[in-house]
Amino acid sequence: MLQYILRRLGMMFVIVFGSSFLAYNLQAYSSDPLSVFGESTVENKEYLILQMTRELQLDVPPPIRYFSWLRGIVSGLWGDFDMGLTRMKLPVFEVIAQALPVTVKLVITSTFLAIILGISVGMITAIRQYSRFDYSMTFISFLLFSLPVFWVAVLLKEFMAIQFNDFLVDPTIPPLTIVMFAAVFGLILAGFVGGAKLQFFSILGGATLFAAGLLSFVSATQWFIKPSLGIFGVSFLAFCNAAIVIQLISGIDSKKGRTTGFGTALAVAILYFPLQALMSADASFMNVLAIFAITISAGCAIGYFVSTIDRRVYLRIGFFTALISTVPIIVDRFMREFSDYLNSDAVSGRPVPTLGQSNDLLTDEQIGNFWVSGLDTALHLVLPTIALTLISFAGYIRFSRGSLLEVLNMDYIRTARAKGLSERTVVVRHGMRNAMLPLTTILVNDFAGLFGGAIITEGVFAWKGMGRLFNDALTGYDLNLFMGVFIISATLTVMANFVADLLYGVVDPRIRIRK
Amino acid sequence: MDELKKPTVSTSKVNESGIENKETDGLNQRQIIVKRFFKHKAAVVSLITLISIFVIVYTSLGITVGFSKFKFSIPGWWPYNISQIDPEGAVASTCNGGVTGCPTLDLAPSFLDGDGVRFGSHPFGTDIIGTDYFALVMRGAQQSILVMLIVGILGIVIGTVIGAIAGYFGGVVDSVLMRLTDMFLVTPTIVIGAVIGFRFGNLGVVPLAIMLGLFAWMGLARFVRTEFLTLREREFVDAARVAGASDRRIIFKHILPNAIGIIVVVGTLLLSGAILAETALSYLGFGVRPPDVSLGLLISEYQGSFSISPWLFWWPGTLIISIALCINFIGDGLRDAFDPRQRRHISMKERKKSRELSEARS
Repeated sequence: MLQYILRRLGMMFVIVFGSSFLAYNLQAYSSDPLSVFGESTVENKEYLILQMTRELQLDVPPPIRYFSWLRGIVSGLWGDFDMGLTRMKLPVFEVIAQALPVTVKLVITSTFLAIILGISVGMITAIRQYSRFDYSMTFISFLLFSLPVFWVAVLLKEFMAIQFNDFLVDPTIPPLTIVMFAAVFGLILAGFVGGAKLQFFSILGGATLFAAGLLSFVSATQWFIKPSLGIFGVSFLAFCNAAIVIQLISGIDSKKGRTTGFGTALAVAILYFPLQALMSADASFMNVLAIFAITISAGCAIGYFVSTIDRRVYLRIGFFTALISTVPIIVDRFMREFSDYLNSDAVSGRPVPTLGQSNDLLTDEQIGNFWVSGLDTALHLVLPTIALTLISFAGYIRFSRGSLLEVLNMDYIRTARAKGLSERTVVVRHGMRNAMLPLTTILVNDFAGLFGGAIITEGVFAWKGMGRLFNDALTGYDLNLFMGVFIISATLTVMANFVADLLYGVVDPRIRIRK
Repeated sequence: MDELKKPTVSTSKVNESGIENKETDGLNQRQIIVKRFFKHKAAVVSLITLISIFVIVYTSLGITVGFSKFKFSIPGWWPYNISQIDPEGAVASTCNGGVTGCPTLDLAPSFLDGDGVRFGSHPFGTDIIGTDYFALVMRGAQQSILVMLIVGILGIVIGTVIGAIAGYFGGVVDSVLMRLTDMFLVTPTIVIGAVIGFRFGNLGVVPLAIMLGLFAWMGLARFVRTEFLTLREREFVDAARVAGASDRRIIFKHILPNAIGIIVVVGTLLLSGAILAETALSYLGFGVRPPDVSLGLLISEYQGSFSISPWLFWWPGTLIISIALCINFIGDGLRDAFDPRQRRHISMKERKKSRELSEARS
């Protein structure tokens, strides 16, 4: 095993070395910093050219210049890390250190969303193969595959941001829109659940009525200007979530499962009031962690005391119900900050921004408030995240669908059915778990690959992340900066591949890494 | 190829395999594939749509073939071109808000809006100064499709050859080639594309496309290699070798035809990826440069005027999506056709038929 890891690490060095050499020369030969003087008629042109040549070592051929750059990177091994200076005489390392968190924030949010949505939709389409839902999702995923991300971004800016901001001036939803949204929601939900005609139409009707009622309520109470979930919203979501968690982990028929899940949901709902004390204006991220710790320990405690045998199952139910049900409590707190945020001078009634990663006009007091600055970040994340999620979401649908279908055709699934296990157990325990295995590879790779996709998205939404740096480096003939961005993304990709292979060996006992 | 022509004897197995055998009886592999492909309705519709898009795009404006001195052009049937300004046309078509240059295309029949179906002189509208937008979009599509085809074909050829050599010879050749592939794969495509486009974008479309194509082969090479690794162990390869065939002959005449499925399927994905990559690069300003146009460039140029004249934004986008969507569906149809293990949708009619068949047999 150690030998394998060492060999892989050696290979990684070779690949990063080779690709950085390639990139350096590609960039050096394809750009000509002196071209800015091409048409210039400045008097001291000769001198300026000479100066730039000396400064950028343009008289040294790029393959040799590469090694002087490499020396700075390699000397990082003994703590003397040096990525050189940008053309603006700033250390590349510091510039990147500022930009990297911005991109990571964006990439993590969108990957997380895409995985959750993509895998759940993909698995449902696999279970309901050849259903109407399956066909429509297949079509949608093909459509998403074919969408240019910059085109989607412009549309999002127009329809999500500008029109939503306009809508907020008078947030009453016209009845026709309510009916349309409600019908679409009903169709999606009914498609998800499926079943025979009677069930399909009863769910369709129920969901449509529910959505229509909710939307009318939201419209009548001007909810969009003063959003909050309140105790009712939080408890409703907690119980819905508990039902799903129970169904997935133990099946809704299990009495102890129900006691644990719904008990935890009830506990979270009751904890809503005392937890408000932890969410004052001077709260920090630690408070959020503390809230999660409290609710999760409550959930686990319920699971522990309910069960006598098979404790792990009920602990899991308690854990996941508490974890997911707590999210609405936090979201509710952020929402209650929205009204003041909306009317503050920095925002002046147009909360969904189209450009940038934070609002520069916020006052110090607002930035200091964890909830306000968090809300600001979240609102800035909305559009780029949707754009990136839409693009990678399709891949997850296709992949998890294919993966689950393949697993469901395996002999051990037939065996599981033959022993008389319930369909839920067969699909969830025997099917989904095995179908998730190959997803580890694609997941890790996708995360690294999204850095590339973020270049366009960051460009459209004017985020100052790695993509922006790359763009600047390319148009400003900044070789050191370019290589800095490149080496980070290359190393991340190679590491991601390595981690994926190792993980795969760990989670799938059938695969043993050969020596 | 004899390997592929397995006799399809109907077995006593019933149900689905009964259907399978019945529909492939007496056909050779190629005929089976064609038949399967044409059963995939979405793929056939996409194929027809794609061909019509190609025909309209390339006949409307006409094409110029050849280099600087030896040029000859085939004129198109569209009266305007991209450098022709028709200020009257722009003013003539105004929308409700008084914005000039609205599309004159109207597909709603007269009983809906009273104007009736008509094309008008500028069906896609005009841009702000009065250039016919249909001409601009068609020209952009010509360039985007050209880039797509060149990148796709180069990527397929290079990827197939490298993958085939790596998979067939194995050992040191394989490791060296695959590490090389990894080196290219590590760099995000858009990064390589941007660097190349930045340098070669101003040389014109064809050099840009060729350079991009040189860096588009990595994914396919990996797939072909895996396919070759399994195929080279098969008996028909041994038979060919015993018969004295050279390595080149075995690779291209014996193994490659068997690996054609994966090449075609991944190749179509490469094509749809190529048109998206080209438009993205042009959008970022690293691809096709003005005064020439491409679909990505059109979107980037007119995105600012979305709220005033949205049609400048809709047409090129719709065209990109239609082309990419068609190619993706064709790829899906091809995968179904080439991969008999993945069962397609069995219709109720077929199921009923097979049930009757099995009942009749027993």
